[in-house]
Amino acid sequence: MSLFQFLARHGDEILRATSEHIWLVGLTMLLAIAIGVPLGILVTRRPWLSKPILGGANVAETIPSLALFGFLLPVPWLGDRADRLAIAALTLYALLPIIRNTAAGIATVDPAVREAARGMGMTELQILFQVELPLSLSTVIAGVRIATVLTIGVATIAAAVGAGGLGEFIFRGLAMVNDQLILAGAIPAAALALVADFMLSVLERRLRLAR
Amino acid sequence: MLPRLPRMSVETDRKAIIEFRNVGYRLPAGQSLLNNVNFSVLRGETLVLIGRSGAGKTTALKLINRLLEPSDGEVHIEGRPTIRWDPILLRRRIGYVIQDTGLFPHFTVEQNVSLVPRLEHWSEERIGSRSKELLALVGLEPGKFLQRYPHELSGGQRQRVGVARALAADPQILLMDEPFGALDPLTRGEVRREFHDLEQQLGKTIVIVTHDISEALLLGTRIGLLEAGELRGIYSPREFLRAPEPVAAAYIAQLRMLKEAEQDNS
Repeated sequence: MSLFQFLARHGDEILRATSEHIWLVGLTMLLAIAIGVPLGILVTRRPWLSKPILGGANVAETIPSLALFGFLLPVPWLGDRADRLAIAALTLYALLPIIRNTAAGIATVDPAVREAARGMGMTELQILFQVELPLSLSTVIAGVRIATVLTIGVATIAAAVGAGGLGEFIFRGLAMVNDQLILAGAIPAAALALVADFMLSVLERRLRLAR
Repeated sequence: MLPRLPRMSVETDRKAIIEFRNVGYRLPAGQSLLNNVNFSVLRGETLVLIGRSGAGKTTALKLINRLLEPSDGEVHIEGRPTIRWDPILLRRRIGYVIQDTGLFPHFTVEQNVSLVPRLEHWSEERIGSRSKELLALVGLEPGKFLQRYPHELSGGQRQRVGVARALAADPQILLMDEPFGALDPLTRGEVRREFHDLEQQLGKTIVIVTHDISEALLLGTRIGLLEAGELRGIYSPREFLRAPEPVAAAYIAQLRMLKEAEQDNS
């Protein structure tokens, strides 16, 4: 079968799977940022929490992804729907780089700047939102970028629990020993990762140059 | 501990705006940085705290705007102990200049200078005119500098912006920690002389920390000598030149050596 014929037959399906994939990754990243950034901030505020939080995220990262989907299956509410389950597992994976980079970004803010901010009479929240977070934004984005690329790859495994996405092609291709089907999943996934990586790296560079 | 002298408290009622009463400060680990320090700063005067690194100068300064709280005794600002001030309110009433300026790298000069007025919710017009006024005050042309970022400024310009930022909300008290320490000697002399003029013009109560004796003699109404966490004495510049303290004598000897080197070479 030629590439053209293949695309004619599977094009719609590839588009649908790609948009499913983007949806899975997008939601995952939103959740991971919403959870990871506050945890990263917490780590800088309560140093004794740094070991349990970073350690926990590290452990989540080391669990084989397929096993993680399996572990979450019996969890009430989460296990009820495949996409819920997939997003929960993927979020756990994406957390570590975001927490780590948020904490690192804040930790590298010049102590003189922080001292001046305190000495001027800024409140802790004002220092966080007007000084520390803006100054560490590019580092946080770098973490989001790593997490996004990682998630786009791992999300292909979500198809194993029926959450859809580009992994469907890969699993089908494996089952049918059909290289074309595998590539139909793998190539768009790789392209997505490259595009996301490029866009986020541009954003990161912009933020770094802005001072 | 010595009983407080009545003379001191009369002085307080009159015009002391900052007063240290038997102040000690220890690190959580127990190491003592300041020990039974007593002094007061009168409204409108400039007190220079001089001493070597680790003598407790910066600690004393941070006790004034409650970046630190005393372990013993009390620091009074306008007659009220710092621990009874709301720290945020207190700090907004006190200008603060540090050696590395601590300018916000992501803020323009205007945003840096107008920081406290913005925190205090001034109107935009008032902030705008105040920012221009402040830059002019420290000798920077507003039209040229307001929109620049700190990394586009020289060290001397940054330090001037730091001073302008500290003066923004017209505080009665100005604290300066080695304000000219990071500058090269020529720029330092220049900025220092300018600041000396500004000092006369503004009539603020100023506390400056330095280890530079010529700075102390130029800027200080009085000079407090700190050594190993203790205040060894407070002198007028004239008295300091004849102070019996060995450390003071060492500072003066250093000054003489500089003078002699100057003469030898001219």
